[in-house]
Amino acid sequence: MWSLAIVAVFIDPAPAVAEYGDVVINNYSDAAGMRPVVFPHWFHRIRFRCKVCHADLGFKFKAGGNDINMYKIIEGKFCGACHNGKVAWSVKNCILCHSGNPGTPIQIHESTMQELAVPTNPLTTKK
Amino acid sequence: MNRISKLLLCPMLVALLAAPFYYATAAEPAKSKAAKSKGKTNPEPAPASAAADPATTQPPVQQYQYSTRPAAVAGGANPFNRLLKVAKIPHQPASSDEIHDPTNEGSMILQPPLEAYEGLPQTETGLGNGVNWVKALDDGNIKPRWERTDPSAEPMVMDMNIVRVPKSSMPDVVFPHRQHTLWLACSNCHPDIFIPRKGANQINMAAIILGQKCGVCHGKVSFPVSECKRCHSQPKKVAVNGGGPTQ
Repeated sequence: MWSLAIVAVFIDPAPAVAEYGDVVINNYSDAAGMRPVVFPHWFHRIRFRCKVCHADLGFKFKAGGNDINMYKIIEGKFCGACHNGKVAWSVKNCILCHSGNPGTPIQIHESTMQELAVPTNPLTTKK
Repeated sequence: MNRISKLLLCPMLVALLAAPFYYATAAEPAKSKAAKSKGKTNPEPAPASAAADPATTQPPVQQYQYSTRPAAVAGGANPFNRLLKVAKIPHQPASSDEIHDPTNEGSMILQPPLEAYEGLPQTETGLGNGVNWVKALDDGNIKPRWERTDPSAEPMVMDMNIVRVPKSSMPDVVFPHRQHTLWLACSNCHPDIFIPRKGANQINMAAIILGQKCGVCHGKVSFPVSECKRCHSQPKKVAVNGGGPTQ
């Protein structure tokens, strides 16, 4: 009985412990056989104000809503504005961005929407 | 006393001894041999009740089988709080934060959050990143660039507070433009998220939690919605109607 209880506690789907504001971008990555991109907001806001990306570079306030692809980045748009080997490390470091667990859906980690309680038994929910 | 107890005990003993055979024959009168053997091997079944009941041709009443009921498991349907997710240790490095792939070599190169937060002012609640980013900026702990390539560029700060009076009993909201213009350009909020005109914006907590209005940033990247007091920061001026809805 006790072992069962302990196992139940550990199996309980717990949220990942990634940092508040970490964005997972998985528009094309999984389908292309790459790991999804994890964007750490905390790391970037130490170095840049919000305005630099969200006004100058045109990043919309929407996870996965910017339709970023590698072609645009290599052209110097979006991430490529800095990740060009001059301001920040270049796009050749694939695995530094494409570092998420395969299959992770698009999300902003620990956002309010993620904190809302969801039905524990999906069979009883109306669709 | 002795006599009474003896008198009571004798018929009970007789009934007990006779009960298995009686019970068996009553249940299955046709198969007496089988019943007898069954009675010998299994002399337990409910002798008192069988003896007390009048001889009926019906099979014995099936007792509720408790053993067939699934055992209740703690953590099954009734854990302590089934909607509360298990708390985990925050600010984990990328190698163990369950979002980064630990088998990816790049995950090990990434900076751990706590290393970056060293020396930065912390919030009281510790929610979100646990860092008071505005204070860190004001105190000069961090020097985030205003321009992508120009480290000396400075923002155009507008110091103007806007007080919003919630209809509920919560303290009034003071929106400081200063802290926001330190980070953002006007075009980030105006006019798409907030119409820059007094009384033109209907804001409520439900919309914020669903990621609209203030919730475009707060509750995602900026300090979380659960830090109520950082917005609802000005005590309500009690009106004539006792703080009820104004008009």
